[in-house]
Amino acid sequence: MSSADEGAEQIRLGVVLLCHADLVMAARMARIWLDGGARVAIHVDAKTPQAELDAMQQALADCEGVLYSPRHRCDWGRFSLVQATQDAAEMLLAAHPDLTHVYLASGACLPLRDISELTAWLARDPQRDHIESVSAHDVGWTVGGLNEERFSLYFPFDWRRQRKLFDRFVDLQRRLRIRRRMPRGLSPHLGAQWWCLTAATLRAILDDPRRAEFDRFFRSVWIPDESYFQTLVRRHSVRIESRSLTLAKFDHKGRPYQLYDDHIRMLEDSRCFVARKVWPGSSRLLTHFPRPASDQARTLPPDPVRIERLINRTVRRRIYGRPGLLMQSRFPRKDAENGKTSAPYAVFQGLTDLYPDFESWLARHVSGDVHGHLFGPEEVEFAGRVRVGPGAISSSAIVRDHDPQGFLTALIRISPKMQVFQFGPRDNQALNWFMATDPNAHIFVVTGAWMLPLLHSGMPFDDVRRVAATLQRSELHQLDILNSIWVKARVHVWDMTDFLARPQALLDNAFWQIDPDAELVRDLPPMRDMAGLDQLLRRLRNAGLRPLLTGDLSGLAPVPDGAAPQSERNGPR
Amino acid sequence: MSGLKRLPIWKRLRRRAERQWLIARAARRRKVLHPVADRTGQIRSRDILAFVTQRNERIRLPWFLKHYRDLGVQHFLFVDNDSDDGSLDYLKDQPDVSVWWTDAGYKQARFGMDWINWLLMRHGSGHWCVTVDPDEFLIYPHCETRPLRALTDWLDGSGRRSFSAMLLDMYPKGPIEAQPYHEGQDPFQIARYFDPANYTIRKNPKYGNLWIQGGPRTRAFFAYDPLAGPALNKIPLVKWHWRYAYVSSTHMLLPRSLNLTYDEDGGELASGCLLHAKFLSSFSQKAAEELDRRQHYANSQEYRAYHAGLQGEADLWCPESREYQDWQQLEELGLISRGNWA
Repeated sequence: MSSADEGAEQIRLGVVLLCHADLVMAARMARIWLDGGARVAIHVDAKTPQAELDAMQQALADCEGVLYSPRHRCDWGRFSLVQATQDAAEMLLAAHPDLTHVYLASGACLPLRDISELTAWLARDPQRDHIESVSAHDVGWTVGGLNEERFSLYFPFDWRRQRKLFDRFVDLQRRLRIRRRMPRGLSPHLGAQWWCLTAATLRAILDDPRRAEFDRFFRSVWIPDESYFQTLVRRHSVRIESRSLTLAKFDHKGRPYQLYDDHIRMLEDSRCFVARKVWPGSSRLLTHFPRPASDQARTLPPDPVRIERLINRTVRRRIYGRPGLLMQSRFPRKDAENGKTSAPYAVFQGLTDLYPDFESWLARHVSGDVHGHLFGPEEVEFAGRVRVGPGAISSSAIVRDHDPQGFLTALIRISPKMQVFQFGPRDNQALNWFMATDPNAHIFVVTGAWMLPLLHSGMPFDDVRRVAATLQRSELHQLDILNSIWVKARVHVWDMTDFLARPQALLDNAFWQIDPDAELVRDLPPMRDMAGLDQLLRRLRNAGLRPLLTGDLSGLAPVPDGAAPQSERNGPR
Repeated sequence: MSGLKRLPIWKRLRRRAERQWLIARAARRRKVLHPVADRTGQIRSRDILAFVTQRNERIRLPWFLKHYRDLGVQHFLFVDNDSDDGSLDYLKDQPDVSVWWTDAGYKQARFGMDWINWLLMRHGSGHWCVTVDPDEFLIYPHCETRPLRALTDWLDGSGRRSFSAMLLDMYPKGPIEAQPYHEGQDPFQIARYFDPANYTIRKNPKYGNLWIQGGPRTRAFFAYDPLAGPALNKIPLVKWHWRYAYVSSTHMLLPRSLNLTYDEDGGELASGCLLHAKFLSSFSQKAAEELDRRQHYANSQEYRAYHAGLQGEADLWCPESREYQDWQQLEELGLISRGNWA
């Protein structure tokens, strides 16, 4: 027997049980507390039908010492809840003057450990008040919504039933700069509703000579059940453990999380004394807990890290979602994606035009999946030209163009390796802004390289001129985007002559960027023959089409001032 | 969650007129429904109900009923469209089934939705209602440990009235006819595969829902006209009110706010899946029969394509197909999400 266990004999625990729905479960909880030796005062919401209360009283008829406090009609976020707590606590303290601690719990709060372990825990420091109490001046205990304004504004309207009036009245008061003054000597504190106070502290709060003044103030504070005791305890207690003994997590909208059968293991590991809020249908959970007292676990402190991590993870998923995921229940608006794609990817433009075998050569040099022109006009050129791509994505250009963003994000999400693909002005340009503003994108562009396939196409000159005009317009438009100030991708743009001056070094650098383990570039794939390109460029010039993108080829074509397209401050459209 | 963009008043009035037209139409066609077994008196106020139209699905019904009973559906309301395989007799004898018989045209009843809208209006108001076909099996996050009631309670608590569950086509490996399906068998022992990422999504500005297309049907049967492939978005679970109406199958509803089952700010809402056990051994026979009846959507284009595809013993399986394991796998792939239902 440790000294704590001897001390546990000194602890007389009282419980205030607030119930509003599902009294069957509440009766069950009351019995757990009573069997553990606690005295219980039950408050039942006045809105609950009398028949249910009768059934509860009948169910607890064989238990001695159950008190039923006067029933108040409780509305969420209003003072009535505090009043119900006050009355029940007063009744409990009057009936059992020997109590040393009072625990505030609800009918949906499930004790996870034997009550004797709780009293043993309290006995380790019998003067300490266990109540979460965080200064409202300091940042955010609350989730979404009002913080200090809970105290400084008036809240005469019910948030659930009169939401519009509530919101408008708050706005109006903000505009009129209304600020209520706190009663002298109080500093606003917030915290979880569920606490365990020493009888001495609780008496001091209830018997405070200025209680009428405080109650009057808190009557129009919003959600006073999260601030009344939390604020007043600072006035009367010197030993505050600002952490609730009840495990209660809230979601991003301030609703309590429910606990189900599949949480049993985690709750057991958390070693919390009490948890809420239990879904009434979790029958296995309700029979599993409270765990009987065991000698090893007896004095272990609560450790809710794991369950808190789980809940924080789901909150993150709800608010931010998974990057690069488009699905039936996540379809972010443009620029609200929280991550446009899920992993880095690389786009090479113009290199297949310079080196016809570039794709297979690239696949030997970098470790990702190297595709052809994924956005090609004829079909999706998956690596190996498979008809059904990764994740059974269709290779049909029609399907891809129906939802290009979904196509790219799904491909990147489903593939374990980095995705590398070719791009060019012939391809679908719908994602230019998307990729340029995506930090995961690595874009390497050799401008004007599309001229080389034209040179070797053998098409009549008129057709070449027409196609060249289209492709040049398309690439210039794309470069406008890549030069804009909204670019988040890592973009490298070289014009063809610059690139050809030192291709090995530039490619090395590019590979190193997308794959630090890539081997050094020692060879280059065979290049297309450039003979005749300068004549073609000259013919195009003379035919009225000024080639802007190939660069200074041989001194024949003097570089115009606008050779490198100037960035224009175009916003994302 | 961001709200839907508020429409101008005349558009809102049009949607409303459309909704009222759908409801009136459903009410008018109630006369073709002849009650065979009406046990709706058993329905208690908090029960979860299932609404089903079926024709000649006798062999599938036992597993269907078992699946939804296990989830916690308390009452089934069936419309039998002139079956001749004994399914009506089978349904009649089930203790938790009410069944209506009709020989009216499926197509004329907007593919059965008029009948279902009527039954929903008459019996579904105030209940959580599952509206599915006999080959659609609802799964949702935590479904192996938490009953449907847990989900609906949580949706109630979060202020949501509808829950989306995309249709996920399941298929066997090898020719569809190769493994015969036996009555009472879990269809997903045979049809175990699905396409993990082959889906396109667009927003439908008119009703605010998402159009999801793709999957194996588009891949195999609609390769030449992929955009004509069937829609996969479904909203089968709704807390019904008599003023609601399904517009087209269970793809979308009016009022529009019920279609807002997705988050536009980058977050994820909870969603599930309807595992679609359409591609079983009885399928090609069904396709041929349905083709003769010409009672299906868009001139039975779907069945025509299937029929053509199945002549050559179609195999929907491909090396990229995934074998179904559990809901966690679907969540990992991003087909469903638990949202903030921890």
